[in-house]
Amino acid sequence: MQPHSGPQVLDSTAIADAAGLREAGYWLHLVRAVEAAGRRLYLQGRLPGSFYDGYGQEATAVGAGLALAPRDIACPVIRDLAVHLIRGITPAEVLRHYLGKAGGPMDGRDGNVHIGSFERGTIPMISHLPEMLPVCMGVALSRMRRGEASAALGFCGDGSSSGGVFHETLNLAAVWKAPLVVIVERNRFAYMTPEDKYLAVPEIAARAAGYGIRSWSGDGNDVLEVRSLVGAALEHARSGGGPALVELFTYRMHGHGAHDDQRYVPPGELEAWALRDPLLRWHELAVEQLGWTAADQQALEARVASEVAAAVEDALAAPYPDPDGLAASVFAQ
Amino acid sequence: MSDTVTYVEAIRLALRTALGDDERVLVLGEDVGGGGGAFRATAGLQEEFGEQRVIDTPICESAFTGAAVGMALDGMRPVVEFQFSDFLTSGMNAIVNTAAKMHFRHGLGVPLVIRAPAAGGFAGGPFHSQNPEAWFLRTPGLKVACPATAEDAGLLLGAAIADPNPVLFFEQKSLYTRVKGEFTYDSSAPLSGAAVRRPGSDVTIVSYGATLHLALTAAEGLADEGIDCEVVDLRVLCPLDFDTVAASVEKTGRCVIAHEDYPDYGVAAELAARLAGELFRALDAPVGRVGARFWPIPFSPPLEQATLPTAEGIAEAVRELARF
Repeated sequence: MQPHSGPQVLDSTAIADAAGLREAGYWLHLVRAVEAAGRRLYLQGRLPGSFYDGYGQEATAVGAGLALAPRDIACPVIRDLAVHLIRGITPAEVLRHYLGKAGGPMDGRDGNVHIGSFERGTIPMISHLPEMLPVCMGVALSRMRRGEASAALGFCGDGSSSGGVFHETLNLAAVWKAPLVVIVERNRFAYMTPEDKYLAVPEIAARAAGYGIRSWSGDGNDVLEVRSLVGAALEHARSGGGPALVELFTYRMHGHGAHDDQRYVPPGELEAWALRDPLLRWHELAVEQLGWTAADQQALEARVASEVAAAVEDALAAPYPDPDGLAASVFAQ
Repeated sequence: MSDTVTYVEAIRLALRTALGDDERVLVLGEDVGGGGGAFRATAGLQEEFGEQRVIDTPICESAFTGAAVGMALDGMRPVVEFQFSDFLTSGMNAIVNTAAKMHFRHGLGVPLVIRAPAAGGFAGGPFHSQNPEAWFLRTPGLKVACPATAEDAGLLLGAAIADPNPVLFFEQKSLYTRVKGEFTYDSSAPLSGAAVRRPGSDVTIVSYGATLHLALTAAEGLADEGIDCEVVDLRVLCPLDFDTVAASVEKTGRCVIAHEDYPDYGVAAELAARLAGELFRALDAPVGRVGARFWPIPFSPPLEQATLPTAEGIAEAVRELARF
């Protein structure tokens, strides 16, 4: 990497990249701040259940979210809050949802990572992983049948790549040439279990050959690389090339949830991966490509801090949903 | 009569009508295309509507049911065939967790029909003979239908396809070619409502599915003994038409519930509890329950016969109540 040396004349591609890099920086900082606020509310005893964050994996969700086209459908999972934010769920809605308040996209019927807004392009996951992979595939298939260009972006962890539905879905998608991109977030843990207890191959992407589909793998902590790989995979799927598997290497820096003290993590791993933090990586790129200054950084952090503070205030003040509506929610009329 | 069809022909004609009337309707499942379905319920449909509307799947119930949930979320009307209702366990999450809870969690209807051939009596053994409706009846968000006649096979399937919710549609293998009736299709028909199949004044027999025919046989025999039975066919198990059951029991004061599923923890248990709780004063006798014995459905024909309910078993339960 070259150190930044004064103003540069940018060509049009570089200008587009510069805008994209700025945008990615905003989402990276926003999702980290929203999640920090959520963890804080949990630790203060004000947030029921637990809080599940993607600290250290933000570049995967941000890069993937930015690669989506408007009529693509995504099903993010536990570490992918940024995808929901990019698709239009606001920080206030996220925190209302986590607090079990009215006005979240699930209106208190569900909580924590089970969030989504179908009309804005995400499907709320169920807890069972990776059950949502075929569901988002079905949405994109339905859109393609109507002549719309659409791909499905389904997320799963390396842990849930062990489940039967993962294999069933990739085979079915391959047979149907369905527009499905599966992102495997290689974050090294399935809750408390390290990957050597659930994985016998060095690369999950290598399984793609067994289904006869395309695969990509890359650095999940580099937001531009993620956007580029996922963008290529989505375009491949949208243009009739069939499904694709994208494995993104990252690391789960926090516990499974805020209740998890990570006592099972081998010494030294967190420190080593902290050096590869996706926000630091982004900052290096921003300095290099945008001439990003300390003042720019302060302004960005102040912007997201004020947005998140307003969201926290909104969510804490929001009312709880009315239980009288529960019975009528069971069936569509 | 030219428009008399068997139960399975009514299913096929209902699918054909739905496919023809509504572009959003799709049929998918194992062997449904060129194979025409294990019970021939989809025979000829792929030839007529093409591979994009009548879709063969690999053996992967979780994946193809999940895909159908996604299609339904996006406005299609998928009709999924499970080859045997016993195999519903392989698609359970997509049904009871993803589809059933989507409207409650997120306000989105999932207009999905799952056709599942159920019932035993033909040496199918433990994995091709089950009646798993109770697994689904205690899942809020699912509707459950179980037609007993060829008319209802067509009528209720059309209603299920038109319904904005996930519907489990339990076809009765033992009735596929055994009962006949007029093909009836009306997509505006309600997916609800029990029917009185035989009026009577002494004892109410509540039944559904294949066992309804055993109940009617029992009622005919009991008439010769001077016991006049009213036979109620539930038709749709959720939503349950308890009013029709209650009106009958108010009149007779006695009730036997008979179905092929286990009476333990199932429809009969639920109805018995509601009758005891809501019609205690109308009852002149305890509520009787008849169903499969509480063990897996065995393969060997004499063992299976000793397990499943019979017309004589229903008649004996009625006689016992009539003595009160």
